[in-house]
Amino acid sequence: MKVKRSIDEINAKIKSGKAVVYTAEEIIDMVDEKGAEKTAAEVDVVTTGTFGPMCSSGVFLNVGHPTPRIKLNEVYLNSVPAYAGIAAVDLYLGATALPHGDPANRNHPGDFIYGGGHVIEDLVAGKEIRMEASAYGTDCYPMKKVDTSFRLSEINEATLYNPRNAYQNYNVAVNLGPKTIYTYMGVLKTNMGNANYSSAGQLSPLFNDPLLKTIGIGTRIFLGGGIGYVAWHGTQHNPSAKKAENDTPVSPGATLALIGDLKQMEARWLRGLSFLGYGATMQVGMGVPIPILNEEIMRYCAVRDEDIKAPVVDYYRGYPYKEGGELALVSYSDLKSGSITVKGQQVPTASLSSYAGAREIAFTLKEWIESGRFTLTAPSALLPSVEAGIKLKALPQRDPDDKEVR
Amino acid sequence: MIKQKIVLRFPPHLVENPVIYHLIKDYDLMVNILRADINPKKEGRLMMELSGDELNYQRALEWLQEQGLRIMGLEQQIIWRSDRCTHCGACTVICPTEALAFNRPEMTVSFDEYKCVVCELCLRACPARAMETLVDNANSK
Repeated sequence: MKVKRSIDEINAKIKSGKAVVYTAEEIIDMVDEKGAEKTAAEVDVVTTGTFGPMCSSGVFLNVGHPTPRIKLNEVYLNSVPAYAGIAAVDLYLGATALPHGDPANRNHPGDFIYGGGHVIEDLVAGKEIRMEASAYGTDCYPMKKVDTSFRLSEINEATLYNPRNAYQNYNVAVNLGPKTIYTYMGVLKTNMGNANYSSAGQLSPLFNDPLLKTIGIGTRIFLGGGIGYVAWHGTQHNPSAKKAENDTPVSPGATLALIGDLKQMEARWLRGLSFLGYGATMQVGMGVPIPILNEEIMRYCAVRDEDIKAPVVDYYRGYPYKEGGELALVSYSDLKSGSITVKGQQVPTASLSSYAGAREIAFTLKEWIESGRFTLTAPSALLPSVEAGIKLKALPQRDPDDKEVR
Repeated sequence: MIKQKIVLRFPPHLVENPVIYHLIKDYDLMVNILRADINPKKEGRLMMELSGDELNYQRALEWLQEQGLRIMGLEQQIIWRSDRCTHCGACTVICPTEALAFNRPEMTVSFDEYKCVVCELCLRACPARAMETLVDNANSK
């Protein structure tokens, strides 16, 4: 490598207000003009961003003890159940949890107007949250019932912990069937009436560091409008996904588990969502700064939509029943143009992830770094990459009575 | 000649009146009904395109008002709450008239209320629920 730069050197420049920062979108033309080596010599950090629905998200809460104390057993926050199978007043509220008694899909397609993601949005917005809880009572925790309300500022901790965010690439969903379907990829009209995708493409964090050379455990990031960290690799992390020549995967690949203090986040970037006929979830805004340690990292950050491909998958039979493979590979520049061609048919496209939001996050992070209020961290450990040889598993479906098989 | 898309709102006690008959017979107007429904409160809503002689059209509107019906423009029926919109674009492939459109290269959603035909498909297709109707209609939840 001709360019060599350390995180410490970058941080020294950030603190003196001299760091050179560009977004992953801005950097593309610069690298095109000057080449990766020359640009790498000039640029310290490239910022990325994404703002899409991320179901595997939620928050750990410690609500404090009432008098007398309680060991929470069954807990509802604005009627949405929270998991209480940890210590007495610790809870986990998941983004897709539905209110007790929600009609769900009994009247198909269900509306899912309010769920865990909406409770989190309301919490961050500073709204009062009603908590109804029961317990069986113990000598040390005698209280058996509480019906109260609290605001985010009135509880001890609220730690956003998202087990799987920031998917490196995702399926483009179409419907080959004869009736409209309602999926986590939105409403899909019959006979490929539309194709829905969900990635910021060239601005998306993991497309800009496809082999996870800089992003690791402890990487400081933009999370929900505040500061967060990469906690671990995400669930279903698949660094072994097939790669294109530029090392970006051509199917869902790496993922991140993220953590951060909810109390310094903004409701704008943690939005409760209602997917018709599917469920409730949350739209998460996150962005990762990529330190330009050398020209190789610079080259990765210059990736453009034309060179990132996503698989088109049928959600009528293909995805749910694991039938057939991908129908086509299409580029994010085609997806963003508003129309793709699949098996000779023109299909209008729509995104579930907000590119305008991703852009704003990348610019916000850039501004934070330029103004010296955000410094970079070196990862304490890298995440499993290609070498780990991870293979995704399916759930074993055994007959518990069939002793022979086991 | 005049051609207008309007919405008539019926209070419960007028829901059963044959208003269209009079518009055609007494005012010689052409009526193209786009949509009609009655909500659980028994209030009626009739969306239609009226065309005909301008003087007749004005007289018809006066007559409708005398009957106690509220007349509104079609474009006032669906509200895009830009503060709730995350600009993902999911609505833009569901909207049949391109009233909800995706702007490139800004990559933002915009709503042209004059192109809206009040099909209301966007109300439930928007994950952030940024689309709203003015009133409680039979078909909205």
